[in-house]
Amino acid sequence: MMPDLGKYAETVLSSYAVSILLIVALVWWSVRAARKAKLALEDVEARRK
Amino acid sequence: MGSIWEYANPVKFSQTVSRFLAPVAMGATVCLVIGLVWGFFFTPDDFRQGATVKIIYLHVPAALMAINAWFMMLVTSLIWLVRRHHVSALAAKAAAPIGVTMTVIALITGAIWGQPMWGTWWAWDPRLTSFLILFLFYLGYIALWEAIDDPDTAADLTSVLCIVGSVFAVLSRYAVNFWNQGLHQGASVMRAGAITGTDTEEKVSNVFFYPLLVCIIGFVLLFVALVLLRTRTEIHKRRTRALLARERMA
Amino acid sequence: MRALLKRDLILAFRAGGGFGLGIAFFLIVVVLVPFSVGPESGLLTKIAPGVLWLGALLACLLSLDRILALDWEDGTLDLMATAPLPLEAVVTVKALAHWMTTGVPLVVAAPLFGVLLNLPPQGFVWLVVSLALGTPALSVIGTFGAALTVGLKRGGLLLSLLILPLYVPTLIFGAELARRGAEGQAVSTPLLMLAGISFGVIALLPFASALVLRVNLR
Repeated sequence: MMPDLGKYAETVLSSYAVSILLIVALVWWSVRAARKAKLALEDVEARRK
Repeated sequence: MGSIWEYANPVKFSQTVSRFLAPVAMGATVCLVIGLVWGFFFTPDDFRQGATVKIIYLHVPAALMAINAWFMMLVTSLIWLVRRHHVSALAAKAAAPIGVTMTVIALITGAIWGQPMWGTWWAWDPRLTSFLILFLFYLGYIALWEAIDDPDTAADLTSVLCIVGSVFAVLSRYAVNFWNQGLHQGASVMRAGAITGTDTEEKVSNVFFYPLLVCIIGFVLLFVALVLLRTRTEIHKRRTRALLARERMA
Repeated sequence: MRALLKRDLILAFRAGGGFGLGIAFFLIVVVLVPFSVGPESGLLTKIAPGVLWLGALLACLLSLDRILALDWEDGTLDLMATAPLPLEAVVTVKALAHWMTTGVPLVVAAPLFGVLLNLPPQGFVWLVVSLALGTPALSVIGTFGAALTVGLKRGGLLLSLLILPLYVPTLIFGAELARRGAEGQAVSTPLLMLAGISFGVIALLPFASALVLRVNLR
């Protein structure tokens, strides 16, 4: 299944790893912040009632 | 059916986001998985660049989005300054961290790619240098947002910085071009001459182009999804803050 | 306007006004370079224009936060904003005062420092021309940065970060002009570009500076 990357295996794999890691980190961070903000808002709104 | 300005209402915007976020995020995931798997497993090696050509599926979309994110911030900043819609300013704030991530991806994959191809991690080539300058702009922009407490003041100042910065970014691009001719090839993916077949320079062939196109669409959708999500987060934060302030007053 | 300029100049020349600071910093950079890269005169000749430009730019950067911060702290800036003089004029005069206290001394001192760095004789004219054309742009851009960060407690570092990318075009064309001048090449392209940037910046940026200053004073 794994394609033969030849002598550039490290190059290609490392750039894929770094990029995917960064994207996943960004998404994770955004989702976590979104959840936190939503919970905080719901908390405050519940108190208002 | 109203105009686009309806979405300047934070409540309306939040509702719309809730409706569109899941499909857009899904589309982004599907496109990215298809594009990257296609590109990584099912495309041939380039006859000169070997397997390193596979980096293109990350490098080019990230670079495109790094510039497009700034452009989007420029437009939303202008809308904020002219029409004072808070959602617009918050969208600009939300886009900046995405833009900086894309810039970093483009720089890092570029450096890793450059190592075997040009024999160096970094060269003061015009394109590379421009991206480094873009990276600095993003950092300054984000730092300015973080530094100011009052949200409206922060929105105003960052908007002006974004506009002035854009002018200087274009200036820098020309300056840097003049300063060094560079190793990086010209725009080889989308070019009028390449499509009509009138130019003789190197162009990305179709084998690589289709998966690349899917990846670009995936990155665009990912960007849209993240901007929507992060803008909604900012709206929630802003509202929480306002409600808390009201509580303290009461 | 003239009164404001006079006031700013007097304040700058007084002790603690930071008049000598820029030029001293410039001297430090120029003196330390040969120690760090070695005394070989061929190398020094090659890098002299770039080092002189870099030194001038850093010296300029050093004094930027003084342009507005002191007036902000003691409330003078609020008075100026309500005065009949438009804020655009105030920031222009402030930039002018900064240039006269930092830029002009640098331009005057540059040939002297050029000697230390073994600058070839034909380079002196163009070095002075490039600095004389470029430093006003540095002052005006710096005033914009100072106006952006004036309300912040620790604005100094942020100011440098914001200003750094904005200085790039000026630095490139200025240093290129000085380098080509020193090597006896054709100078018209960078000369025109540098002049274009300088005049464009002087004409337009004060409006942006006044805009952000108004926001900060709100």
